[in-house]
Amino acid sequence: MTSYRLDAGGAINRAQALSFSFDGRNYKGLQGDTLASALLANDQMLMGRSFKYHRPRGPVTAGSSEPNALLTIGSGARSEPNARATTVELYQGLVAASQNRWPSLKHDIGAVNSLLSPFLGAGFYYKTFMWPAAFWEKLYEPLIRKAAGLGKLALEADPDRYEKAWAHCDLLVIGAGPAGLMAALVAGRAGLRVILADEGFRPGGSLLSESVSVAGLAAVDYAGGLVSELSSLPNVTLMPRTTVFGWYDDMVFGAVERVQKHVASPSPELPVERLWRIVAKRAILASGAEERPLVFGGNDKPGVMTATAARTYLNRYGVAVGGKVAVFTNGGSGYRTAADLAAKGVEVTAVIDARAQSADVAPAGIRVIRNAGVVATNGRHRIDGLLLERAGFEEVIGCDALAMSGGWSPIVHLMCQRGTKPVWSEESQAFLAPNVGNSFVAAGSAAGVETISECLRDGAAKAASLASELGFAAHGANLPDVEGEYDASFAPVWYVPGAKDKAFVDFQNDVAVSDLGAAQREGFRHIEHTKRYTTVGMATDQGKLGNVNTAGIVAAMRGVSPAEIGTTTFRPFYTPVSFGALAGAAQGEHGAPVRTSPLHGWAKKNGASFVEAGLWYRSAWFARDGEKNWRESVDREVLSVRANAGLCDVSTLGKIEIFGAGAAEFLDRIYCNGFLKLPVGKARYGLMLREDGIVFDDGTTSRLGEHHYVMTTTTAYATDVMTHMEFCAQTFWPELDVRFVSVSDQWAQMSLAGPKARIIMSRVVQDDLSDAAFPFLAARAVTLRGGLKARLFRISFSGELAYELAVPAGYGEAVADAIMEAGRDEGICAYGVEALNVLRIEKGFITHNELDGRTTADDVGLGRMMAMQKPDFIGKRLSTRFGLTAADRLQLVGLKPVEPEKQINAGAHLLKEAAKPSLANDQGFVSSACYSPALGSFIALAMLKSGRERVGERIVVWDALRGMEVPADVCAPVFVDAENAKLHV
Amino acid sequence: MASLITCPHCGTRPKEEFTIRGDAAPRRPGSADRDEAWYAYVYIRDNPKGRILEYWHHAGGCRRWLVVDRDNLTHEVFGVVDAADFQRTEAAE
Repeated sequence: MTSYRLDAGGAINRAQALSFSFDGRNYKGLQGDTLASALLANDQMLMGRSFKYHRPRGPVTAGSSEPNALLTIGSGARSEPNARATTVELYQGLVAASQNRWPSLKHDIGAVNSLLSPFLGAGFYYKTFMWPAAFWEKLYEPLIRKAAGLGKLALEADPDRYEKAWAHCDLLVIGAGPAGLMAALVAGRAGLRVILADEGFRPGGSLLSESVSVAGLAAVDYAGGLVSELSSLPNVTLMPRTTVFGWYDDMVFGAVERVQKHVASPSPELPVERLWRIVAKRAILASGAEERPLVFGGNDKPGVMTATAARTYLNRYGVAVGGKVAVFTNGGSGYRTAADLAAKGVEVTAVIDARAQSADVAPAGIRVIRNAGVVATNGRHRIDGLLLERAGFEEVIGCDALAMSGGWSPIVHLMCQRGTKPVWSEESQAFLAPNVGNSFVAAGSAAGVETISECLRDGAAKAASLASELGFAAHGANLPDVEGEYDASFAPVWYVPGAKDKAFVDFQNDVAVSDLGAAQREGFRHIEHTKRYTTVGMATDQGKLGNVNTAGIVAAMRGVSPAEIGTTTFRPFYTPVSFGALAGAAQGEHGAPVRTSPLHGWAKKNGASFVEAGLWYRSAWFARDGEKNWRESVDREVLSVRANAGLCDVSTLGKIEIFGAGAAEFLDRIYCNGFLKLPVGKARYGLMLREDGIVFDDGTTSRLGEHHYVMTTTTAYATDVMTHMEFCAQTFWPELDVRFVSVSDQWAQMSLAGPKARIIMSRVVQDDLSDAAFPFLAARAVTLRGGLKARLFRISFSGELAYELAVPAGYGEAVADAIMEAGRDEGICAYGVEALNVLRIEKGFITHNELDGRTTADDVGLGRMMAMQKPDFIGKRLSTRFGLTAADRLQLVGLKPVEPEKQINAGAHLLKEAAKPSLANDQGFVSSACYSPALGSFIALAMLKSGRERVGERIVVWDALRGMEVPADVCAPVFVDAENAKLHV
Repeated sequence: MASLITCPHCGTRPKEEFTIRGDAAPRRPGSADRDEAWYAYVYIRDNPKGRILEYWHHAGGCRRWLVVDRDNLTHEVFGVVDAADFQRTEAAE
């Protein structure tokens, strides 16, 4: 193994060696390295296999646009696929593995795909593997999916923490290169609140990788000086390792900060990543420019990379990308690379210039071949030479690396994410940032500026202008002298003719020039169609290197300007963002919170099994020793309530406190039944409709004072009812003096039901509870023995004598305990929502099983409640329209199976006897069903066509899902105490 | 990822605090109005592209209904008023 690390130079700490592993083999790198630079220092150019053809690949960049060097970092639950080796910060103990190869990176069976490449061109899956049809799903697709791909996910729960945060600033500067640093400095000195974010771990941008001197210092040292001044300003926040990935409405920018992705064992005290939403009054895009690859035969082989990448590895990391480097260029960048390499003692075999002439000059002793093009590269895991063509003559040049430069593309993604397309410039031969207004401007090479001195000047000027717009007095910075700059201008070369191997436009997706040609020939000419047909510009790099070349090549094929071809749509995210960062802390119970009633503890110690109802956990039944299944518990609870008494937690009901002189009128308008005459101290059942005349929700509302009511809603509709009431009060009738607030969580509420309820409740409540003093539907404040103020409602959902007692939530468990104790000798039991359900079905009381968004008040037998004499109420007008009053509507009925032990299930449909099951013969459906221990029979509530006039008819309950057909008799929807004798005692 | 709405009561807040009901133009007819008016009010909505008045509910804030005047293509917001004030102004006109 040869070391390509130079003896001196680079922004790396030579005193701090770091060991790491790649594909199981141990290596040494230095602090300040990326994984890619450390691998290159160790002569490991081969880093991956391409997506489709499994061609050997090495890094083509030194930054976040990298399409090839995608590795899996970490192991076990922390392994992260598709990390770009060119941006992964090296740390002690880093474990990296290559992807998409088997059995090994060097010997990859999948490389046979290269031989099949004539069949794997653009659109191959539409054409090649079509016959026989059944083979696609069973054979072809699984095989192709196995062979093509990126890294694999760890199928384990993520052990790390993530979080989200907001930040606010006057000026957000995106990118800490020369333009960004200078912009932040000018704005910071002027007193603006500045955030300077950069995706890299070390601010400086091109100052870290260019061999110029600034203000008499090496560029890297000058950058260090700027950073230390910025760090000293309290109004400036430096955010390294932070990628601004999206620009959203209202100047909100999305950013992800990699807080602990550069350590082997993240501290549990900190998140590994933090998702930022940054609200900026103004923003400067100083994201720099991307060097374009040249498109020539064999341009994807390991060792071929951009000239900037070669220069960055050399100057920033002290790594020579090869021992004999060739340069292929259409502009000044190639010559600068040759000069830098030569200055560090690296052999440069030739500078091949696609242009016939230029003012660029190579260092003495280096051969310059003008008007020539590379047509092939030799070698497999690292190139060992290239074939060039000049005026029809071919020549082989020996080299083990090739630095290419195809010109520059400003990085304008963020500015184009909200619908504005970049603008083609003939002069710059590039797509430039569009004008998106004064709040967000590009600076430096993102704005098409070329040299470091111009970038420094542009950053300062743009920041000063934005600062004065915001009312700050900005003083111009003393711009430093920059020595040793080069002319980065270029002549466009979209495609080098004469390719003797595939010439790739998009490395990551294995899209070659020939694929773009196929797309044009086959009619997929619009650039968006070309993209989808060929996959150019997709996957993790989103075409950062390839998209502009694609536009240029397609334009050349069609003989038009790239302006006519345009670009595909820019969307967030600029670089991939982990799901963990997007989820933030919303994992597990923080993603779906658990709501527990104030009586949860009481229910638990009484042996409750819980059922999820939305976010709530409600007590379902309370098993006792010896009970073999839930039905036995529920049957016992039901019989106990009917014979003695039971206590049930009803705290999950929505509770809304209503105040105001207009409260009575308001209630009268939102309920279909009348509320104006409800006396103080009384509760009333109320039915709310939607504006279309269908029932919305039901509940009781009690008048506690002249201008004070408390409403209950169903558990499921608590939020919807509150929102509906707010909408009605605020938008329809703002003149009404009414205010309300949700108090669902403030009260523990429990229902004590059964013949012995009064005896038990009287032992807990001081007030007189005799039927005369506290009759059915009484609703009043009471005082518990011991002094606690509470609310008592004589309402019943079981048909038994019943009270609902509401106490402040914190007292719930103690009061429930006291009631249980007071009822011990009376045979009290705790009962859950299952028993509650049986008790209400036995009485024919409705829930949202019946109020399913399709039923009217009349459908469920409550038509008499509609107070049509009221001038208006929500739903009044449309409740009378023809469709809702038709005679054959489904109406609520009861069902009893002919054989009592035959089970009926909710959801089953109803048929006339001997009728075939069909949509035309459908008579309705079962809405609620249970076993009634009081009757010793299964019973059900059902919605039946013209049901009320069909009482006594025998029908068939048809349950195809469970393969059951049960004959049943239609009856009135009440099975127990039809006279309500038990209620009024 | 984010949009901001300036609530007249709470100040500038992220859109996650709000729920959107839709077009604020339709007016609830009187109970004696014709069937057609009620049908249109309950069921018929335009779906304009561009500037529109919308009901937004500050559900995670003051719980007031707001009328937001904005361009639903660009999310440029031209004004936000409390729905009660909006109703009173409309009624006055």
